[in-house]
Amino acid sequence: MPQADPARGAQAIERVGCAACHQIPGIAWPQGASGPSLAGFADQGLIAGRLPNRPDVLTAFVRNAPATLPGTTMPAMPLTKEEARDVAAYLYATGSR
Amino acid sequence: MQPAAANTGPGWPASIFDPAGPYAGSITTLSWLLLAMAAGVFLVVLVALWVALFGKHRLQKRLGGTRTIWIGGIIFPVIVLSGLLVYGLSLTRNLAEPVPANAMRVRITGEMWWWRVAYLDARGQPVNIDANELHIPVGQPVVLELESSDVIHSFWVPQLSGKLDMIPGRRNILPIQADRPGTYGGQCAEYCGGPHALMGFVVIAHEPAQYHAIMAARRTPRQQVAGRGEQLFRSTGCAACHRIAGTDANGIAGPDLSHVGSRSSLGAGILPNNRGTLIGWIGDSQSIKPGNRMPAYKMLPAQDLAAIATYLEAQK
Ligand code: HEC
Ligand code: HEC
Ligand SMILES: [Cu+2]
Repeated sequence: MPQADPARGAQAIERVGCAACHQIPGIAWPQGASGPSLAGFADQGLIAGRLPNRPDVLTAFVRNAPATLPGTTMPAMPLTKEEARDVAAYLYATGSR
Repeated sequence: MQPAAANTGPGWPASIFDPAGPYAGSITTLSWLLLAMAAGVFLVVLVALWVALFGKHRLQKRLGGTRTIWIGGIIFPVIVLSGLLVYGLSLTRNLAEPVPANAMRVRITGEMWWWRVAYLDARGQPVNIDANELHIPVGQPVVLELESSDVIHSFWVPQLSGKLDMIPGRRNILPIQADRPGTYGGQCAEYCGGPHALMGFVVIAHEPAQYHAIMAARRTPRQQVAGRGEQLFRSTGCAACHRIAGTDANGIAGPDLSHVGSRSSLGAGILPNNRGTLIGWIGDSQSIKPGNRMPAYKMLPAQDLAAIATYLEAQK
């Protein structure tokens, strides 16, 4: 993804606390488990089992999951569009084994 | 990829070699002295060992003589250890001195696995109830009344004072002081069951003016927030365990949430307080702090969790 910056994504992930619900590569604590582990996420075909795993879809999903996938159990998170892109870049950069 | 980041509570990890006030200062000085002396003795023993193994025969004979035993084994330790005892006791005397009668007082009660906080007035009556976090003004001693309502805990904020046990049925007095503003992490220092290692604490020291402003704001009656979050807080049973001042939520089994929106940490000092950690804690605190006494709310839909979080964020 052009211009998206995984390092800034990591900062945003810390600021909003995604790790309270997800195990995320590169984040040692916390490692909540109410959401699925995001290790190996880049190799996954679908987001939440239903959406195609593409950068634009992921960017929309991490920012406002209920609007992207009605009925999902993942809440909306306070991220700007740019931050959401950075976060998606981080998940793609760290998520492949 | 960057190194593993830990999204820990504020003030962590707490340094034990960076005192921020006189009570912690004397303990740190003593610790350094003990370390230096231990290092010196260790060095002497290594040299003696070297001599015993590879040294000149004449030196070896001396080392094995009765005189060495008398001097090195008896006279030297008696003098050094007696001196150390006297010096150590006088150095940390400030911890045992009677505390000033007009000092600010706060009662902190250990719970499995969090802390009740009650700011007291001059007559010892609670004027403000909080949990897991303590605000203090800098530059003056603050007297803590340490109690426990279940098992033995130990209160320890390394940069502000020594550690002291919280014993059921007793009230132990611990003075703390911060001489510079900052956030200081603490930790329960006596094993108290399951999530003991995740029983942290946060002290925030402010300039006196700012401290008084915070406390004054807490005393003014707050605008009540009505809405879905508030309804859910009652209908899902949160209010049975949690108190929010000025509402009919008055449970006492869990931490007071009257000021949770301005808390810097969650889960007893173990998480930063933000949107994700707040919703994540409410939805499934058991996956973050296994064994803690708050049930998981996995059945609540994301929108409900978000509404409750919005309600709690407004509780400054
Ligand atoms: C309150 C808990 C919670 C928080 C906070 C949270 N998530 Fe989620 N997340 C979930 C849940 C639950 C799911 C599963 C959703 C579903 O299956 O519908 C999920 C799913 C996901 C997925 C899809 C995973 C997969 O295997 O398909 C991604 C990616 C994701 N979250 C990223 C994030 C990011 C990035 C953040 C922070 C900005 C975040 N989440 C914050 C609970 C949370
Ligand atoms: C059975 C009693 C109980 C119920 C019901 C309960 N809680 Fe708790 N809650 C606790 C306890 C006990 C803790 C402290 C856990 C710990 O840190 O060990 C806690 C901690 C919390 C904290 C963290 C406070 C802090 O400063 O660390 C929040 C926020 C919270 N609860 C919100 C809720 C909400 C919202 C609900 C309803 C959906 C709820 N609780 C229901 C007992 C309960
Ligand atoms: Cu403990």
